[in-house]
Amino acid sequence: MVAKDTILSVDRLTVRFDASPPLLKRLVTGAGRRTVHAVEEVDFEVARGSTFALVGESGCGKSTIARTIAGIQAPTGGSISFMGVDIAGFRTRHAAMPYRRNLQMIFQDPYASLNPRWRIGRIVAEPILTHGLMKPGAALKARVAELLETVGLSPGDTAKFPHQFSGGQRQRISIARALASNPAFVVCDEPTSALDVSVQAQILNLMKRLQRERGLTYLLISHNLAVVAHMADAMGVMYLGRLVEQGNAAQILARPLHPYTRLLLDTVPNPRAPNRARARLSGEVPSPLAPPSGCAFHPRCPLANARCARERPQPIRVEAALVACHAVEEGRLPSRPRANENCLAIPGDAA
Amino acid sequence: MSALLSVQGLRVEIAQRHRVLTAVDDVSFDIAAGEILGVVGESGAGKSVTGTAVLGLLERPAYQAAGRILFDGRRIDTLDEDAMRALRGREIAAVFQDPLTSLDPLMTIGDQLVETMRTHLDLTQAEAVERAARLLAEVGIPAPRERLASYPHEMSGGMRQRVVLALAFCCEPRLIIADEPTTALDVSIQAQILDLLRAMCRERGTAVMLVTHDMGVIAEVTDHVAVMYAGRLVEVGPTRRLLAAAAHPYTRGLMASIPDMYRRDEELMQIPGSMPRLDAPVPGCAFHPRCPQALARCAGERPPSFTTGASQVACWLADPAGRSAA
Repeated sequence: MVAKDTILSVDRLTVRFDASPPLLKRLVTGAGRRTVHAVEEVDFEVARGSTFALVGESGCGKSTIARTIAGIQAPTGGSISFMGVDIAGFRTRHAAMPYRRNLQMIFQDPYASLNPRWRIGRIVAEPILTHGLMKPGAALKARVAELLETVGLSPGDTAKFPHQFSGGQRQRISIARALASNPAFVVCDEPTSALDVSVQAQILNLMKRLQRERGLTYLLISHNLAVVAHMADAMGVMYLGRLVEQGNAAQILARPLHPYTRLLLDTVPNPRAPNRARARLSGEVPSPLAPPSGCAFHPRCPLANARCARERPQPIRVEAALVACHAVEEGRLPSRPRANENCLAIPGDAA
Repeated sequence: MSALLSVQGLRVEIAQRHRVLTAVDDVSFDIAAGEILGVVGESGAGKSVTGTAVLGLLERPAYQAAGRILFDGRRIDTLDEDAMRALRGREIAAVFQDPLTSLDPLMTIGDQLVETMRTHLDLTQAEAVERAARLLAEVGIPAPRERLASYPHEMSGGMRQRVVLALAFCCEPRLIIADEPTTALDVSIQAQILDLLRAMCRERGTAVMLVTHDMGVIAEVTDHVAVMYAGRLVEVGPTRRLLAAAAHPYTRGLMASIPDMYRRDEELMQIPGSMPRLDAPVPGCAFHPRCPQALARCAGERPPSFTTGASQVACWLADPAGRSAA
């Protein structure tokens, strides 16, 4: 799968957090160390100019991966190769700077990710100045105005503060700031989760237009599968820190293989297919402090057997996807009605 | 089918120092026993304010300025605080978005259930404990008897929301106001909670007013939908009918702006602009500045609710007189 135009390659990425009680408490009570297994041995590649989406429920590790790639979180193991350089290995901020310019991030909460005491002009100009791309002056002002126009705001907004904007407008400001250093790659962590659907549509359309015009590559983190279906070329489904299925997004959405992916797709309420009969995911995601043995999904999986509880499945290739599941490997997977056959038939206008 | 809850011409105003803002204006709807009505709209549309008004929990500076709220044929918006408090919890229960704010962090789950039941029902301590354990089992909490001794912080978000549902159901209310009950939860837990809500309504004939911004949730559990925009109802009708063929341009725009899981378009349809703010109300139809089909009269005259089929639509395009003239 190593293509020439791979911009980001994540190899056996592992992120663990130490959640141990303090040393003294451990000595007194005899409690052991505890480790949160946030991300375990995750591999994936992102092609230049495409959108790769990571989906999964809260606590599955998708945001930790985004933060690790953006350099906010240090990995415990594995490597992240961005434009051919291992960015996980940087020891100083200075060494990372040339790559940081090409790698920007948009956050979920447009109310928390903008400094409330800075004017919009300063917020958008900051990455340009940080990376030394321009000196303060008329040219910088013109660049900021141009960026604001690109995201659908008025150049006259530079003197305003974030509180004067709505949620959707603030997310536009975040996008303008992310684009300021002219990056090749933007990590988008739940970019529309805090927005109303009509505003979400505006932001998704904007993101798509910018991708077309600038050849941007997106890593999209989302729990909203409809947003992923709309945006992603490739996707990875995460469960408890591991990728259980990844590959071509259209294939995974139309013909999901992993039992977790299937149940997740069944669970999403779809306004265009009300009252469809569907399987349900029972139980809850186990704690990443003590992930289950074997396949982490086996306690909730309808197809689990003794092997699933014992042995961790390795990813195998099925058409354009990689799936880590014993049931798929052993051919025990039941066939599934095509999802869109369940869709709503529009009743005749009985007026 | 007579209505269990009937809201008629509800108007909620918010008093500010120099002016009065209208948060909810001329909202009317009915909910029958055993029926789930979804109230949907974007942030600031007035859906939560409507739910709060029904619960009699409006707080200054917000107040009910006009209209009537009838529960089982009896007017409840004029009840005093004591009478309303007796009704709330017993006949009308509430489920809110964040389970942590609805549960007392210093009381065990069991104590909260028992206290609620003994306040409203004539039960002994032992009977109430017995019933609390049974309720926890019903909402799908494993080891319910042991869980009675747990505190809210010892449970996951999904489990807490189950406890809130058990609390809402514990006095067998006839009406539940659920305000974004699953918004803070993951989809798999959301589906479990919605199934539970629906099953309990079907079994006990409880009526539910489900406030949500999520059309998927609406499609999943509701029988009827009321779509709100800028404090007013723009469309009310049977869920399947409304999702398949919405009549109001706003509802249609809202549906079209939701990305489709199984069809990929290069561009999503988007409604230009944003909802008017409370302090800058729009004359005529509140949606007309954003409406692709706005007529000349939409800017000046506010459309009344027209009946088309089984739906009510507040839009001049649905005016039977206008259609026959065209």
